[in-house]
Amino acid sequence: MSDLRELYQEMILDHGRRPRNYRFPDPANREADGHNPLCGDRLTIKLLFDDGIVKDVGFQGAGCAISTAAASTMTEVVMGKSAEEVEAVFQNYHALVTGTGGDADTLGKLAVFAGVAEFPMRVKCATLCWHTLRAALQGRPEAVSTEEDDISE
Amino acid sequence: MNQLASAHTSAAPFDVESVRQQFPALEQIVHGQPLVYLDSAATALKPQAMIEAVTWAYARDSANVHRGVHQLSQRATDSFEAAREKVRRFINAREAKECVFVRGTTEALNLVASCHGSRLRAGDEVLISELEHHSNIVPWQLACERSGARLVVAPITDSGELDMNAYAERLCERTRIVAVSHASNTLGSILPIKEIARLAHERGAVVVVDGAQAAPHLPIDVQELGVDFYAFSGHKLYGPTGIGVLYGRRELFAKLPPYQGGGSMIRIVTFEKTTYQGLPERFEAGTPHIAGAIGLGAAIDFLNGIDADARALHEQDLLDYGTRLLEAIPGVRLIGTAREKIGVLSFVVDGIHPHDLGTIVDTAGVAIRTGHHCTQTLMARFGVPATARASLGLYNNRRDLDVLAAAIHKAQEMFR
Repeated sequence: MSDLRELYQEMILDHGRRPRNYRFPDPANREADGHNPLCGDRLTIKLLFDDGIVKDVGFQGAGCAISTAAASTMTEVVMGKSAEEVEAVFQNYHALVTGTGGDADTLGKLAVFAGVAEFPMRVKCATLCWHTLRAALQGRPEAVSTEEDDISE
Repeated sequence: MNQLASAHTSAAPFDVESVRQQFPALEQIVHGQPLVYLDSAATALKPQAMIEAVTWAYARDSANVHRGVHQLSQRATDSFEAAREKVRRFINAREAKECVFVRGTTEALNLVASCHGSRLRAGDEVLISELEHHSNIVPWQLACERSGARLVVAPITDSGELDMNAYAERLCERTRIVAVSHASNTLGSILPIKEIARLAHERGAVVVVDGAQAAPHLPIDVQELGVDFYAFSGHKLYGPTGIGVLYGRRELFAKLPPYQGGGSMIRIVTFEKTTYQGLPERFEAGTPHIAGAIGLGAAIDFLNGIDADARALHEQDLLDYGTRLLEAIPGVRLIGTAREKIGVLSFVVDGIHPHDLGTIVDTAGVAIRTGHHCTQTLMARFGVPATARASLGLYNNRRDLDVLAAAIHKAQEMFR
């Protein structure tokens, strides 16, 4: 039960219910689709990437509270960051949610996802949006799947 | 028949507690709670006698079948073929040779789609239902792509029953194969196979039935049903994973080309020409899952030791109880409300994604399935991305369903 409260923190429930940036930027020049074939979660991320900076980003899709909150908080965190800065946050966040390290102190609001590490079945919920964002930034618009080799957990 | 009926009524009533004691997995504590296992449609728990039969097969009769002349090989062969005979009786096939051992329902359906599907021609049609599992859709799509045949889908009603008028309308002289589930893994609906087969045969079509969900719950009589092929898995029937059965009428099996080539399935091999074994070996290339088949036989023995009518009453009572319980929770909507159902309760809860629900009830020790259940087309039909599914086995009791209902309430509190 304490693990459960750790997972479903109020901020996650809030972002799950009322996702931020749940819209597509206009104009947008990068996008990618993400799909988790095991559970059926899908999302599309679009962004305006200009001067090496994420100028605007939004998403739409259907998923659980964890995946919706992960996408919502991600859009807030990466806004205004360079691709390199986004990658650094992702690596830190990924280590945190997989329980392999990560520095929660430097992750800001993303630190609320630390509880995911206790639920290995839900790691993909928390990371699908990030994999999809990275694909968009790298100019790989073909759908990202959690079940492909190129996504290592 | 009267004798049978009286034998059944005089049998002991179903004692769920003594049944539960035969399933060691139920002794577990999960997240500090006694395990409540409501995922038997995914795979059933295993009775001790079945586990011991598999252990024995590896510990003592650990030899290959149909190959050696030594004592162990003889014992293994005898046990393996005895299991085939148990399967024959379980589904009332005319002869054991009509029961081919495969990996599971998926392989069985692929075998038919591949071998019988090779007879399809451009312009032919394969008719399936809207509630099929991916394993009874995709093999037929592949067969249609290879042959130029067309895949036709018979729709279901909002309650999840096959629309029999629409089904009859879609049957025509081009229909070569009708492939349907006996019971839906997602909705629980039981399909009227006998009537489906009768109508299909009037048009000269071959009837293939996915019995993965029906075999653990319904009496199966392939002759009475009048089907041509019937597939089911061991692991949903309280048996091992990796073993299943494809029943086929001898006349139809005899016309099919081999499925896989290799050992066991041949008669004479030369580099110029190979001749093949008859049934069932022609379709059992390579060393089979010997211990799995023996375990499946033991699972059938286990089921035969329980009064079938009493078990059916118990499962129906649980389904009715669970249906009332879930319907009484505000915000819960059942998906699949056919009049005739096996013990499957698919549902969605307002404002809670099934995966979040699955995680929350898991912490109460309750195992349910969440997701699309390998029926993405059904999810689209009912306009949901996924559902939660509680599915029943003969070891479940009313308390299990009470614990589930309480866990749903807890999730609703959390997501309020």
